[in-house]
Amino acid sequence: MNRDEPSGPILRAAGLVKTHRPEGGAPVHAVRGVDLRIERGEFVAVTGPSGAGKSTLLHLLGGLDRPDSGSLWIDGRQVDSFSEARWAVLRRNHIGIVFQFFNLVSNLSVADNVELPALLAGRSPRQARTDRAELLEELGLAGKENCTPGELSGGEQQRVALARALVNSPSLLLADEPAGSLDSKGTREVLRLLARFHQRGQTILLVTHDARMASAADRVISFFDGQVVDDAHLGGGRSRPEAGVADVLKLKG
Amino acid sequence: MRLPLLALLVSGPAHGYELKQALENLLGSAYPQPNVGQIYVTLGRLEKTGLIAGEDVEQSDRPNKRIYRITEAGRETVDAWFEESTGEPRVRDEFFMKLALAPHTGTANQITLINKQRRHYLNTMRDLSKLAAGEDRDNRVAHLLIEGAMLHLQADLDWLERCQEELE
Repeated sequence: MNRDEPSGPILRAAGLVKTHRPEGGAPVHAVRGVDLRIERGEFVAVTGPSGAGKSTLLHLLGGLDRPDSGSLWIDGRQVDSFSEARWAVLRRNHIGIVFQFFNLVSNLSVADNVELPALLAGRSPRQARTDRAELLEELGLAGKENCTPGELSGGEQQRVALARALVNSPSLLLADEPAGSLDSKGTREVLRLLARFHQRGQTILLVTHDARMASAADRVISFFDGQVVDDAHLGGGRSRPEAGVADVLKLKG
Repeated sequence: MRLPLLALLVSGPAHGYELKQALENLLGSAYPQPNVGQIYVTLGRLEKTGLIAGEDVEQSDRPNKRIYRITEAGRETVDAWFEESTGEPRVRDEFFMKLALAPHTGTANQITLINKQRRHYLNTMRDLSKLAAGEDRDNRVAHLLIEGAMLHLQADLDWLERCQEELE
């Protein structure tokens, strides 16, 4: 196994390429040679118009889809040649994923949805229960343990999905348009929670077309037509930090 | 500043400092705070044009304060203000000019300009998020102001994407 020093980046990608070849359709060059490096504790947003290939990129980084070429290291391990089974184990222990449409198991209770990945990772039932209770409490879902996902609002379902993604303390959290099907209140809630977990050291890669969400990150990667066109650290190096705000808030009269 | 002060005086007479506080309470910390000097100058002008009337009130331990009340003409001005529709917010005309003229200079690159502008907007968006987080949750007017600013910025960012699509 090829391991970098543990202090290295949490994720490194080199020359990732993915072309979708729909049957009978023209090939779609979704990811066209992406190099990427994400350090531990970073909160990175990938933003761009729909169809830019940013979801495909996230799928490649989470092993949900395979690149045509390129290399990928996660937590020091080179993973691009991993089998499906090894990816499954890697995701269970190291990568949490949140999707736009929650992807909860609809006939399991909220509690079981969150405990299942903990049990699969080898946690004792008692430990899984304790971790689940703690996370649900933290996410404002105490009392909803026995509900099924269908009984919850979209915002609540996404918080359950977040609990499920975080229950094994992953070194990397991937979020694909996590507020894409939520109203503005649900969106704010998801943002607040992502920011809170980030403050505690969670590494997050967020894919979004929403600039309001993207601006919560410390670093914004603009993705266009399958390629990184800009990679900007926010917050630092502004000569007049409040000048922009004052300008957009100024009312006439 | 003129019309907001006038509108505040419709609900009753007040002195300058009270008006400053009323504006701050209404709009929250998000709105650039009006300075008190600016408010007194504006009140003076409003009085001169007969839209408000001032009266000095004696105070035992401090200098007199001037209390203003709205006049009939002032009331009509406020009503007319609410009656007319409001102009659209400005477009980012200076950036647009830069973008349009960049090819003529031979040095400035349009895509570089777009990327730079996007960084600027994203940083502003971030500052607005921080303002929103720090604002009193119950001040709905202040939150609506910030949200409005964010939606405008979102539109500016969408437009930058369009520019990039066309020009790349």
